[in-house]
Amino acid sequence: MRGSGLLDEAVVMQALEAVKDPEIPVVSVVELGIVQAVQVDSASGAVVVSITPTFSGCPALDLMRTAIESCVLDLGASAVRVEVVLDPPWTSDRIAPEARARMQAIGLAPPPPVGRFRTDISLTLEPLLASEDPVPCPYCGSSQTVMENGFGPTICRSAHYCNGCLQSFEAFKAL
Amino acid sequence: MNDQESSAPIAMASMDDTARADLAIVVLGIADDCMLQGHRDSEWTGLGPILEEDIAFSSMAQDELGHALVWYNLLAGLGETRSPDLLAFTRDAGDWRNAQIVALPRGEYPFSLMRRHLHDLAKAVLYDGLIACGVAEVAVAATKLRQEKKYHLIHNRAYIERLARSETGRGPIQAALDELFPFALGLFEKQDAHDRLAAAGFIPSQALLRERWLDVTCSSLAAAGLRPPAHRAEEAWIPDVDPRVGGRSGRHVPEQVALLEAMQGMFRSDPEATW
Repeated sequence: MRGSGLLDEAVVMQALEAVKDPEIPVVSVVELGIVQAVQVDSASGAVVVSITPTFSGCPALDLMRTAIESCVLDLGASAVRVEVVLDPPWTSDRIAPEARARMQAIGLAPPPPVGRFRTDISLTLEPLLASEDPVPCPYCGSSQTVMENGFGPTICRSAHYCNGCLQSFEAFKAL
Repeated sequence: MNDQESSAPIAMASMDDTARADLAIVVLGIADDCMLQGHRDSEWTGLGPILEEDIAFSSMAQDELGHALVWYNLLAGLGETRSPDLLAFTRDAGDWRNAQIVALPRGEYPFSLMRRHLHDLAKAVLYDGLIACGVAEVAVAATKLRQEKKYHLIHNRAYIERLARSETGRGPIQAALDELFPFALGLFEKQDAHDRLAAAGFIPSQALLRERWLDVTCSSLAAAGLRPPAHRAEEAWIPDVDPRVGGRSGRHVPEQVALLEAMQGMFRSDPEATW
């Protein structure tokens, strides 16, 4: 059904690689894993893009929504609608391997695999941080690191300290 | 969550009108809790006792506004015609359904920290219950928001433990607990709409949620060396104080009026403005 300028899902997805996370400009919205689905109506050329927030309070979501709309219209879509969905919920495990490498290169530690921690969140005051695997330092690779604060300059980042190279660094939160 | 809930969750559109109306009432209460908790925490932006706490409370405030938005958006599927902005910024105090605890002035830092802790645990227990509830859209929202509570819980615990362990911190954090505990119990205020939904098997009962909250809250505070105003009777914790209720029917602490003036003033000055 393709041809004569009609779009398909793969073409749209490919184009969305150009839309970056405004807070982490080395990572695209596709690599971040927030693009849930793309639907193209081949008869009308209208496109629906379903995205899901990393954190529900992410202030960059509207910017990304607008950038996705422009991107799809530039492709020649007759109309575009970006809808925000919550199911299935985003997890940091969705971040693409290449994007993780680029995060590391700018000094932002990629999130460790979520695994057990995601479903077994203790409600008690018992020590929890000690039982979590430390985030490797993005500068020297040491695992001798500690999370100093669960909150950083954006709601998706935490603040850490490396006892190997004695530097502070940020990590993308495991969620 | 309840044993009788064995069937698959149904979509909100498939619920009958009474159940949908009841769910809208319960969801509005949850949304309003998140919105005002977020506003009160945002008052620490620029004023935190240390930079890390300035950032932490600002981030948690941002999370809460995101959570409020998720719940306000859900109301659209239950017949609510007002946008989230109109709900948040144009209602007078009597139309809010938040528990009274979230409108209390921020107070000193230990007070704000303890409020966060008591409320975060209440919402974590609630969301745990709603993840397995009988309404599909509610379960989806609860799953998403429960994940995001993780960093709040880690944060609150770390700082409460630090204060509880120190000579200078123990008194103020205990005093905050004593003052806030009756208001925290008010998060579980009896609500006819909630009772009917629980009886129909849609959501866990307030009694069950309250019991779970008392268990995790009192046990954890006691483990940190604090004295929750409650005592253990066999397996359960029984509060020694009466709950401060009224919020779910629109009766609020006097300070809520000033809070809303501060929060809504800009929007109300020009509701048609685009940002």
